Amino acid sequence: MAEAISTRGLVKTFGSVRALDGLDLGVATGQVHGLLGPNGAGKTTTIRVLLGLLHADAGEVSLLAGDPWREAVILHRRLAYVPGEVNLWPKLSGGEVIDLLGRLRGDLDYRRRDELLERFELDPTKKGRTYSKGNRQKVALVAALASGAELLILDEPTSGLDPLMESVFQDCIREVKQQGRTVLLSSHILAEVERLCDKVSIIRAGRTVQSGTLAELRHLARTSISATTTQAPTGLSALPGVTDLVLDGQRVTFDVETDQLEPAMRILVEHGLRSLNSAPPSIEELFLREYGDFMAKEATHAATEGSANMTTGQQ
Amino acid sequence: MSDLSGTWTLVRFIGHRDRVRLFVWIASIVVLVTVTVPSIKALFPTQDDLDKAAIASAGNDGVIVFNGPVQGLDTVGGQVAFQVGTATLVLVALMSLFMVTRCTRAEEESGRTELLRATPLGRHAEIGAALVVAASMNLLVGGLVVAVLIGQRLPAGGSLVFGASSVALGMFFVAVALTTAQVTENTSVASGLACAVLGAAFMLRALGDVGDGRLSWLSPIGWSQKTRPFAGDQWWPLLVPLVFIVVFLYLARTLSARRDIGAGLVQSRSGPARASRNLGSPLGLAVRLGRGTAATWVAAMFIIGLAFGSVANAISGFVGNSQGMKEFIARMGGTTLVDAYLGTAVFMLAIIAAFYGVQSVQGLRSEERLLHAEQLLSTRTSRPAWVGGHVVVALVGSVLVLLAAGLGAALPYAILTQDAGQVPRIVGAMLVYLPAVWLLVGLAVALFGLLPQAMGAAWAAMAAFFVVGFFGELLKVPAWVNDLSPFQQTPHLPAAPLTVLPLVVIVLLGVALLSIGILAFGRRDLG
Repeated sequence: MAEAISTRGLVKTFGSVRALDGLDLGVATGQVHGLLGPNGAGKTTTIRVLLGLLHADAGEVSLLAGDPWREAVILHRRLAYVPGEVNLWPKLSGGEVIDLLGRLRGDLDYRRRDELLERFELDPTKKGRTYSKGNRQKVALVAALASGAELLILDEPTSGLDPLMESVFQDCIREVKQQGRTVLLSSHILAEVERLCDKVSIIRAGRTVQSGTLAELRHLARTSISATTTQAPTGLSALPGVTDLVLDGQRVTFDVETDQLEPAMRILVEHGLRSLNSAPPSIEELFLREYGDFMAKEATHAATEGSANMTTGQQ
Repeated sequence: MSDLSGTWTLVRFIGHRDRVRLFVWIASIVVLVTVTVPSIKALFPTQDDLDKAAIASAGNDGVIVFNGPVQGLDTVGGQVAFQVGTATLVLVALMSLFMVTRCTRAEEESGRTELLRATPLGRHAEIGAALVVAASMNLLVGGLVVAVLIGQRLPAGGSLVFGASSVALGMFFVAVALTTAQVTENTSVASGLACAVLGAAFMLRALGDVGDGRLSWLSPIGWSQKTRPFAGDQWWPLLVPLVFIVVFLYLARTLSARRDIGAGLVQSRSGPARASRNLGSPLGLAVRLGRGTAATWVAAMFIIGLAFGSVANAISGFVGNSQGMKEFIARMGGTTLVDAYLGTAVFMLAIIAAFYGVQSVQGLRSEERLLHAEQLLSTRTSRPAWVGGHVVVALVGSVLVLLAAGLGAALPYAILTQDAGQVPRIVGAMLVYLPAVWLLVGLAVALFGLLPQAMGAAWAAMAAFFVVGFFGELLKVPAWVNDLSPFQQTPHLPAAPLTVLPLVVIVLLGVALLSIGILAFGRRDLG
């Protein structure tokens, strides 16, 4: 399958801060691809490079088989973008902004626009300054979804939306996918990514640390087991891939990596398995494992030196 | 917990955040008064000159409209109050109302107030802080002006009355702006309402001063001028603004206590659900965003032009035939005194108009900073097209602003001299400065493309041309510094003859700067 987006070894520095540090990303055509990472990981910087708003210092980048920096205008005819921070013009109404962006993009479908306004329950007559954060987000979403662009780039599009609107958004993305269009969805809402995305790239400090389908990523994650047996189970601690083991007489809880699930179960069965509770590996667990140490460090860093996402997000 | 707790913390915060703004407001008003005194003394060196000037002004409505009532014009102090008094009062009022709106409604509209109110901050702390800051500014301006006037050997009594009447008017507009900030949700409407009060105050006193003076009693500016600084020194008229200050402060406090955060008394209107056909291109958007600013400038420059033009016919009565005047005429190109005056007026109007050009290019930078550019440039809008839209608005807007200034200056003069031919002559002289204004637009665009963080340099250049142009004589600026200004290089019509070469050079420089700016913006990161 052709790649809609591909980057190799992307580097972008702002002064002394290395926002992107050799980032690799591949998004296949027709797929919904999740870009996961905490604030300051480089998601927004990556997207701005893909849009040709920032010039990468090193590395290769290709978007819809073109160079996003040199061919920005030609490529932009074929994509729609929802920024993470939606600032509207205070004097323009929401409807005016939607029409303006649609006309600048060149393919505004008025029927689809009105239908989306209804689905998102958005009043288009209010002035930009009077919209709440969620409603500003909706303006940008309607503007992007009303286009027939073959690639949608969405930077944390649901931050600020209520759960009801989030589900409307998810329906819209599924429709987009059915039409064979490609979506790059940056997010830190794991449930949303799990529900929508075919593939996920997890990035941290400007690098891709994991990338794959959800099934592949789940494979990397661990299953949480709690069980009761007739005899106290022995031999679990000797298995590689078993962690957080707690033995309390005949009750046991532990985490186990997917490829060690079978030997672990065998031990439990041998000791007379009476009840079993298993929590499937979630992307959240994987995410937390990738980030556990890192985020703790970031938190103390951020507390002393100010927010880390300033370096990549705003400037 | 008191309603005002936290006020002092806010005052210190505002003082720090706005330190440059505070300094510029206070310094420019004080400097304006300071430089006026020696220029009056130089213009009218003897009592005889003062007497002549007093007679010339007494019957001249055009002068009275912009300068104020005729009182004590045969003294240096009276002339100072006449020449700079109204301007000082208007500036003090603008300073007060913009500062108050900035500290109250602007904060609330941006949502920052919400963040602050959630802390143990009193309900009225923001109003209290705005009041303390604006009152301090007014007292500082008043005190410094009194010191400067007394320092230049003007009578202490008149100086004190002059300073006090400026503080009284400033505080009146502090109270008015605190009230209008409660009325509407929208910051620019809030300051606009207060500006409208100022405009009405100016008109009423202009009509009153031209007539028998009774109408001026309806104007806050009138109250401050009824104190007759250097011409009788009366304190009691200041009781009138005092009463109104108390009333408006009480009103602001009551309204603030009753309304919800973010809300106003007047609901904001909604806009159209669909965009009009014009709003669909980079240029269309630039026009939509820039038309309000352009219209304000056109109106303001027309009025300033009127101020310059209405004095032209009477100019010889003011200055007589002194040696200084003959030198001045010679320097401007050696024609008549009126033409020399018109040449200077047109020159100064052009410099003021150029601020519009720089300001509208500045719009590009704020569009970028507010992330609007990001949304536009992720469509098929190219970077040159986006910049081009704003540049076209700045260039065409400059034409309109210069035309308005030229018409403002030309109309009263043409009417007073009953010579319609003066209109094209003066408007034409005004438009000769178009290349110079465009050069400033080009400079601002070049900075935007190359060094967006340094766009302030365009303002600095503008301010330097302004100071050199207006006060160069007074400050004894060397000639070569003067020659750096494109306004200086432009032929000073109608006093001097039209020479095309400098204009061509200025246009070419402007085009070069524009191209550099647009090319450089295509190569840099957005942000």
